[in-house]
Amino acid sequence: MFKRFLASREAILLGAVLILLALVAIRFPAFIAPANLANVFNDTSPLIILALGQMIVILTKCIDLSIAANLALCGMVVAILNVAHPDLPVIVTLVVATGLGTILGAINGLLVWKLTIPPIVVTLGTMTIYRGTIFLISNGKWVNSHEMSAPFKAFSRQILLGLPVLSWIALAVVATFAVLLTRTTLGRAFYAVGGNPHAAVYAGLNVGRTQFLAFAIAGALAGLTGYLWVSRYAVAYVDIAGGFELDVIAACVIGGIAISGGIGSVGGLVLGALFLGVIKNALPVVNISPFWQLAISGAAIVIAVAFNARSSRTKGRIILKSAEVAA
Amino acid sequence: MTVTDRHIPDRLQSPLQRRLRSWETLLLAVAVAIFTFNAFASPYFLNAWNLSDATFNFTEKAMIAFAMALLIIAGEIDLSVAAIIALASTAMGAAAQFGAPTLLLVLIGLAVGLACGAFNAVLVTVMGLPSIVVTIGTMSLFRGISYIVLGDTAYGGYPKGFKVFGQGYVWWVFSWELVIFVALALAFGVLLHLTNFGRAVYAIGNNATGALFSGIRVQRVKFILFLLTGLMSGVASVCLTSRLGSTRPSIGLGMELEVVTMVVLGGVNILGGSGTIPGVVIAAVVMGLVTFGLGLLNVPGIVMSIVIGLLLIGVIALPRLWAMWRR
Repeated sequence: MFKRFLASREAILLGAVLILLALVAIRFPAFIAPANLANVFNDTSPLIILALGQMIVILTKCIDLSIAANLALCGMVVAILNVAHPDLPVIVTLVVATGLGTILGAINGLLVWKLTIPPIVVTLGTMTIYRGTIFLISNGKWVNSHEMSAPFKAFSRQILLGLPVLSWIALAVVATFAVLLTRTTLGRAFYAVGGNPHAAVYAGLNVGRTQFLAFAIAGALAGLTGYLWVSRYAVAYVDIAGGFELDVIAACVIGGIAISGGIGSVGGLVLGALFLGVIKNALPVVNISPFWQLAISGAAIVIAVAFNARSSRTKGRIILKSAEVAA
Repeated sequence: MTVTDRHIPDRLQSPLQRRLRSWETLLLAVAVAIFTFNAFASPYFLNAWNLSDATFNFTEKAMIAFAMALLIIAGEIDLSVAAIIALASTAMGAAAQFGAPTLLLVLIGLAVGLACGAFNAVLVTVMGLPSIVVTIGTMSLFRGISYIVLGDTAYGGYPKGFKVFGQGYVWWVFSWELVIFVALALAFGVLLHLTNFGRAVYAIGNNATGALFSGIRVQRVKFILFLLTGLMSGVASVCLTSRLGSTRPSIGLGMELEVVTMVVLGGVNILGGSGTIPGVVIAAVVMGLVTFGLGLLNVPGIVMSIVIGLLLIGVIALPRLWAMWRR
């Protein structure tokens, strides 16, 4: 049991994260102080929440490139709503953000389910449409900190039992997903649909509907994160979280979610996101320009994909060698 | 995945009928309609020099789209093309700082494009990794390297002779870019429709395993296609850099979306196996006319990107909705 854990991806990732922390700690011991680690986790929370949404989409053999644009649109909508109605309780804001996110995700899902358009095309399109819509509703203007009401800004930063609400929400989503994916029929359906769609049909699963649900749930999480993001940084503009979808996909790939669907665990994913989060937070500490960030995530994606393929290739017996190469 | 009962006609359509009902004809009609609409909507549209300017809206993207069309027909995709433009442009900019002559700059641009294409090709064909994730990774990697080199600065100071590719005219209103575009359209049209290599591309896209057993070197053909896409990105980078006269790491940001849209709008099946170069040429003109027309009406760029996103989803969704409605 323990031996099997040591050889697993989760153990390797955990080792990588610990080595990374140790390397930074040699020169800057303050980096691994509990308070700073909590900060790093809080900073990585949006990535973790979004990557969990992306994870179930990828499990069903799809991909959602519009996830960051969805986040930004929902964030802008609640920010404008807050400016118009400053007295609106936070719970209403949460419901609006999550609800709108669900609708935007469901649009992706419907196009994939009912019209069987390839997910990459659908979400490449909705990515620009959602991003452009932010410009249309905001006229390209920023919603700044002083325009937002105090409770709106305070929500994600409130400290509860030593951790900010943002971190607690991330932990809650992680726990929910751990249960959803390992203890419920819907969770099994996500794996089954991506692992072998044809077999899933014969097992009585509706492949399209399952993919639709994955998109809708991912959208809901993106909407929720949209509010948390705007609340935390206290600013909303057209380009918030621009290019964040690449970080999200990087977290999934590093976390061992197979892009061909059906393989991956919540534990691996969280470690994958933390790996990126630690790098992002360590760069300024060790005095490397933040401009390195993009190239590092890119290299991490490429290396992780290559690594994934190596580890999964041993499974299954190749009967016809040449046919395997072609496929 | 859904099983549809195909309607088998009693009689084949005549070649003329087939041509009249083809996607290309429909697209051509759309192009003529947009042209006519623009001519009435703006008094500045029908002017030889304005129309010549309008061609710059699509020539660079179309150069990449030709190679991308072949790649998509063969069942692969390259999302790193815009990042290759950035990296090639950065390399040319760096060389220009050392006073490299025009010819050397062009060679460097093309070589970097080719090298990036080779990098993608090795990862996809030699290591057998999925092209979508690989190129999402290299998209961050290539552009990330540009950011590392340039940060928030820019390269300028290109030699005078370098201007000709993006700003020079061969004769009257016909720019060098337009001539390169036409030459490449012819070259790719011949390559795809009149050579064995072109047949192999279709065969691979329809059934890679079948193609392999028919004696086609599947991986080698795909390798060449990635090289071609990289090379064309290099050509586009030379033109774009020459036209702008400077290099920033954000050069050509998001262009991969427009290239893929152009290819899909041109009637290329995103799942591979079918599509034509004439279709892509007409799609390029349509997109150029739409962007130019909206520009004359003072529509901001981000709203144009909404239109592009809607086009991308619309051209695939509408025929499917039509088929559903007819059933």
